[in-house]
Amino acid sequence: MSESPPILALKDVCKAFGAVRALQDVSLELWGGEIHALAGENGAGKSTLVKTLAGVHRPDEGQVLLDGRPVEFHGPGDAQQAGVAVIYQEPTLFPDLSVAENIFMGRQPRSKFGRIDRGALRAETAKLFERLGVALDPDRPARGLSIADQQIVEIAKAISRDARVLIMDEPTAALSGNEVARLFTVARTLQDQGCALLFISHRLEEIFDLCQRVTTLRDGRYISTELLDGLTADDLVQRMVGRELDTLYPKQETTIGAPVLKVSRLTREGVFTDVSFEVRSGEIVALAGLVGAGRSEVARAIFGIDRYDAGSVEVGTVELSGGSPTTAMSAGLALVPEDRRQQGLVMEGSIERNIGLTQLRSLRRGPVISRKVERDRAADWAIRLQLKYGRLSDVVGVLSGGNQQKVVLAKWLSTEPSVLIIDEPTRGIDVGTKSEVHRLLSELAGQGLAVLMISSDLPEVLGMADRVLVMHEGRLTAEIPRDEATEETVMAAATGQTRQEDVSGRASSGQRSAGSEATEVTKEDGALGAREPRSRQRAQGGRA
Amino acid sequence: MAAITADTGGRRFVDTVLRARELSILAALIVLVAVTTAVNSSFLSTQGVKDIFLNASILALLAVGQTMVVVTRNIDLSVGSVVGLVAFASGKFVAGHDRNVLLVLVVGMLIGAVCGLVNGVLVSFFKVPALVVTLGTLYVIQGLDYYWAHGQQINAADVPASLLDLGNGSVLGIPYLPLITVVVMVAVGYYLRAYPSGREFYAIGSNPDAARLAGIAIRKRILTAYVVSGVLAGLAGVLWLARFGTVVADAAHGWELKVVSAVVVGGVAIVGGLGSVYGAALGALLLTTIGSVLVVLKVNSFWQDAIAGALLLLAISVDRLLALRVTRALRKRNARHGA
Ligand SMILES: Nc1ncnc2c1ncn2[C@@H]1O[C@H](COP(=O)(O)OP(=O)(O)OP(=O)(O)O)[C@@H](O)[C@H]1O
Ligand SMILES: [Mg+2]
Repeated sequence: MSESPPILALKDVCKAFGAVRALQDVSLELWGGEIHALAGENGAGKSTLVKTLAGVHRPDEGQVLLDGRPVEFHGPGDAQQAGVAVIYQEPTLFPDLSVAENIFMGRQPRSKFGRIDRGALRAETAKLFERLGVALDPDRPARGLSIADQQIVEIAKAISRDARVLIMDEPTAALSGNEVARLFTVARTLQDQGCALLFISHRLEEIFDLCQRVTTLRDGRYISTELLDGLTADDLVQRMVGRELDTLYPKQETTIGAPVLKVSRLTREGVFTDVSFEVRSGEIVALAGLVGAGRSEVARAIFGIDRYDAGSVEVGTVELSGGSPTTAMSAGLALVPEDRRQQGLVMEGSIERNIGLTQLRSLRRGPVISRKVERDRAADWAIRLQLKYGRLSDVVGVLSGGNQQKVVLAKWLSTEPSVLIIDEPTRGIDVGTKSEVHRLLSELAGQGLAVLMISSDLPEVLGMADRVLVMHEGRLTAEIPRDEATEETVMAAATGQTRQEDVSGRASSGQRSAGSEATEVTKEDGALGAREPRSRQRAQGGRA
Repeated sequence: MAAITADTGGRRFVDTVLRARELSILAALIVLVAVTTAVNSSFLSTQGVKDIFLNASILALLAVGQTMVVVTRNIDLSVGSVVGLVAFASGKFVAGHDRNVLLVLVVGMLIGAVCGLVNGVLVSFFKVPALVVTLGTLYVIQGLDYYWAHGQQINAADVPASLLDLGNGSVLGIPYLPLITVVVMVAVGYYLRAYPSGREFYAIGSNPDAARLAGIAIRKRILTAYVVSGVLAGLAGVLWLARFGTVVADAAHGWELKVVSAVVVGGVAIVGGLGSVYGAALGALLLTTIGSVLVVLKVNSFWQDAIAGALLLLAISVDRLLALRVTRALRKRNARHGA
């Protein structure tokens, strides 16, 4: 390495929250011109480490070193002054302020007399978005942005700081191929300029693609720091998990029964059009497509959160009236939403409360809720999903990101539904738990549950689904059976490309037998083509 | 870029909704005035209009200060008692002396600043909920005022003519009082809108956690908001004395709720992050006008409070509804534009 000391470093840092020891004797060195990865399971302490570097947490023991000298950050402001920019795992936006103001809060371009130069503010924001390859309006309020766009605003905020150190805590969790590629380009540029970068992701391919060195944490303890060159994904998993991982995508063969969820001609003006499909008991159906293709919106409409303008939804033999999640739930439908912070969890509530929330009726013993039954059930689910927590009475808000996702899962799975709609089931979940969640889904399907899984993770779609439905610009464009689903067929349908060239491409590569082309449900018509601008298209699963 | 133009459409919608608040208050005002004038033509006399503006000035001044506090997701219930205390204190201060008007103003604002400082320190440094702190200081200040006044009152005869002139005189036909209010309102409004530190008040109210992570000096800003609110309450106290001359201990008693109503009716979100001082001042004007209308229409005066209350509920419901609408509109656009 170079002669000069690392720009930012941690030395033997300990940090505890009550009884939870989030970091124990952890050291880390971030060198200029290098992208450093931080790997570890959910709750390993990655975000805690990030917040320690950012001045949000102060270490209980140990030191933070800036240019080799010990410093004490008294707050996030101090770390920013020292040139540390951070993308936090959970977006931290001001919903009432414009996107541009969010990015430049506290550092707005000034004109005469120290006033904000609104023109420059807008122009600089637009420039940032162009660099990231997205078309967001700098003047729109941050309220109502999708998770992916919130993430993009966070990225823009961090890179606009011209920092010496850029720390990214799962910046790609909500993004798909196109934006990830842009982000990586920007990150590499910063690396060439001599910045030190720290990158966190549960997608190991991304770590190998972008980073040079990796530090692994397990249960708050430092495991290793090594060059990625020469390391295999299995090695890395071994370091993180401390054991060999079982097979990925443990899909069980199941007997597929009668249709339990029937959606016909579902339409919501301007959002999705004429969506029809069935899910049978024991079947896992994946709903694939680009971010923004309308998949989550279909799920929300089926469950009754949003209204639809036409069409019908049947669960078993009951036709749902629409617009009522309560009816949907009692008909046996469950929805695990995409955005856990806003739609999935009561952040101030305890773990057991959150898990029990969907089944208050069955928890009743006489007129009151039985705390004991609630606790027992929660404990049961916590074990099944390997939840990492202090006490079941802890509030959900302090759990690590991945563990919050597990609580959402437990909450809905414990309603014992007949149809489970699950939106991005493994976003932000580590490799070990990911296969655990997959095993669980597969097991539930084996017991006759019908699963509709929305996922942007292409390997997950291909590994888990009995059938893949693909949406493009609000329409269902293809239905692909398991043995014909490949990366190419799904991607082609998701981007609305014509199928011909793919088929020939696949035939020549010899992966599949001839005649295995996707069954088209709806012909792609050019009329809607204008709705999704080119620059916004996200090549879903492109990171695989 | 196609998406930019589409997004602009959505922004315009949101902007319209926000500005609609100020416009709808104006519309309500116009209808109110028109109807009342039709019933009683003397309502729109020069004197009548002048009275409304004079009466609204003090409330609007307080509403401007309150806006700064409410925008940061806090509240200042002590303003009414500060007005009472300062009105009485400055009455005592001038009684029998020929004090300079400026000096009186400075003394009044200093007293207000001290009250604001106490509130601000308790809320921002000791992290006591604003409602509790300012409710406490409301009673403490009121108690202090009563104890001191002890049944006495300040009479107009004791107040120097120069001070009374400030409350009732005018320049070029425009009374001083509304002039002062407008100047303060424009200054505060401009600061909140155009200066980086001004925007931080909105950021704090919009998402306190994010404000902390952004390195905003939250405690300093909240302290500032309370001090400004206190200073303006002090100014309002002196103006009260100047306008009425006669001051008893419970001057401006119960005004805190009037001020909060004016602010909320004026479109400042009670949960912080949204709203402008202009809206708040218009809210104050609307409430005052309703008061005068009821007098002209010979409606029993206790209806005035009930109507102010109903208006408050209406404003809060409308806010809630609009917030949902706006969020939905913004979200729908995401779905369309692949975001
Ligand atoms: N403010 C807090 N109070 C109490 N416990 C906390 C707090 N913040 C984190 N923890 C605990 O510290 C541990 C480490 O959490 P951390 O968020 O650092 O994990 P992580 O590695 O980022 O996980 P993920 O991959 O899920 O994001 C967890 O057990 C978490 O519950
Ligand atoms: Mg984390």
